[in-house]
Amino acid sequence: MSEIQYNAPDYYLMDDLLSEEHKLIRESVRAWVDRRVKPDIEEYFEKSKFPSHLIKEMGENGMFGPFIPVEYGGAGLDYIAYGIIMQELERGDSGIRSMASVQTSLVMYPIYAFGSEEQKKKYLPKLATGELIGCFGLTEPNHGSDPGGMITNVKDKGDHYILNGAKMWITNSTVADVAVVWAKDEEGIVRGMLVEKGTKGFTAPETHGKLSLRASVTGELVFDDVIVPKENVFPNVKGLKGPMSCLNSARYGIAWGVIGAAMDCYDAAVRYALERKQFGKPIAGFQLQQKKFAEALTEITKAQLLVLRLGQLRNEGKSTPGQISMAKRNNVAMALNIAREMRQVFGAMGITNDFPIMRHSMNLESVITYEGTHDVHLLITGLDITGIPAFK
Amino acid sequence: MKILVCISNVPDTTTKIKFLNNNTTFDSAGVQWIINPWDELALTRAIELKEAHAGAIENITVVNIGPPTTEPTIRKALAIGADNAIRINLDPKDAYSVALQLSEIIKKDSFDIILCGIESSDYNGTSVGGMLSELLDYPSVSAVSFIDIDGDQLKLKREIDGGQEIIGISTPFIGIVQKGIAKDARIPNMRGIMMAKTKPLQVVEPVSTDLYTDFVSFDYPKAKAACKKVDPENVKELVNLLHNEAKVI
Repeated sequence: MSEIQYNAPDYYLMDDLLSEEHKLIRESVRAWVDRRVKPDIEEYFEKSKFPSHLIKEMGENGMFGPFIPVEYGGAGLDYIAYGIIMQELERGDSGIRSMASVQTSLVMYPIYAFGSEEQKKKYLPKLATGELIGCFGLTEPNHGSDPGGMITNVKDKGDHYILNGAKMWITNSTVADVAVVWAKDEEGIVRGMLVEKGTKGFTAPETHGKLSLRASVTGELVFDDVIVPKENVFPNVKGLKGPMSCLNSARYGIAWGVIGAAMDCYDAAVRYALERKQFGKPIAGFQLQQKKFAEALTEITKAQLLVLRLGQLRNEGKSTPGQISMAKRNNVAMALNIAREMRQVFGAMGITNDFPIMRHSMNLESVITYEGTHDVHLLITGLDITGIPAFK
Repeated sequence: MKILVCISNVPDTTTKIKFLNNNTTFDSAGVQWIINPWDELALTRAIELKEAHAGAIENITVVNIGPPTTEPTIRKALAIGADNAIRINLDPKDAYSVALQLSEIIKKDSFDIILCGIESSDYNGTSVGGMLSELLDYPSVSAVSFIDIDGDQLKLKREIDGGQEIIGISTPFIGIVQKGIAKDARIPNMRGIMMAKTKPLQVVEPVSTDLYTDFVSFDYPKAKAACKKVDPENVKELVNLLHNEAKVI
């Protein structure tokens, strides 16, 4: 019996394409978000505070690493289930979804895909329950869209490496127990490794002054002659394809997630427009409002179809980075535009935190930039079309 | 001890109710079905008991009377934490048909604690628990807001006029529970949802399909009148409206 009113738009009866299991997953995460996120997320956002009490609950509920096999603490679900979880979490807040995205796609996924059996057994079950929090270090102060230019490096010292460098814009950085760090070795080859909190020379200062994703922690990772034991390095990947495959997984989740934010904005605005009266009738009866709603519902429906097909492809192992780029770019822009348009429906009320619109809108300004900027995703599609990289 | 939780499949409480065929049939198109909220709380408490008294509670079964379309609701109960489920293949029409079917299931298996919600949120029926008690000749306690294991007995609390009654009861018995029996209904977790797929869901045919009730027609409640807003300073107008229009003073 949810007390929060919400009618998720499903104009093309997408539910008929989902399994009963998918629908139960959605219902369960939605109920959890209504109970645990919605009531006080505005307060956390306003105070720029990370709701750390939710981490264990998210773990207990299986929201971390849902597609990781059960033997490593995951739920063994498919990629559509992962997408649905991200959608419902982001209906609550993009910061909460970001935390889960990082934990799942950028930390658990690489350990599962590239880690040794010892690394998997040591970290995955505890990351799944939320006992451990992870973060992912790829972006550097001077290397964002160009990760191949990274200067963070490791030097081989026989039985260990020495890690030096700095990473920036790292979700979960200050609260993470373990960081997945990407650094170049002496041959210039990108290697992935696990660096634990408390390791000498490793610090994680917080980034302040964010006007977006305020309920999520962002910071730096600084490595000053950090000793990394060789058993902490991923044995099964070399080169940029390692971090890029993590980003593929995360971008896929984002493409689903932002639909949750868009649906929340759309539903809140329609509900408001049917109640708010001007000139003697509900403002929903005016053509300019209906235009906004018709366009929003059309875009949400297209986005829903896009990610469902992408999920099917991912389940079959056939999704390409280009397809994921297209979905991430299209859906984030869709959600941001809808948040802006729906905010106007509320008039002045739309800028207050009585409604979730402005928070979603501010959050989505980050989401359109991180995990590959809106512009760079165009170039990935361009590369797919022409075969010519236009990045440099 | 074995617990049986009786669950009804009801429309989500935010459903807009519509009827078909000249108001004789409930229109189930587009309706989201849920576990009756009181039954869901009963199931939650049953699971809490099993977790708190691992040795004492060996099994939790859920039972539902309904057509195959109720199985997603039953799977949710399994995902929440029931060990196994029974679906009696009948579209029930009244409390007696439900109680009769349940009594036959309980006669076949020896359940120690049988929990029913105090009412169902669809037809607001409140009779199944009492009828079941009569059919089985089991003791029952209604309006139970607390249940725990206390040695060989169960300790119950029920709301009474002006206070609470604390009851000790031996098994088997029927607990007709109300809100408060558990704080919040438990939300299934992802691993529970995966495990629910492989938990046993037994389908049994009804013992009798005789129905003693027929729905003649349904009526909608009267539409709420428009809200009139009165200026806080204008007490005279408020009194006038309450006296002459609403006729309540």
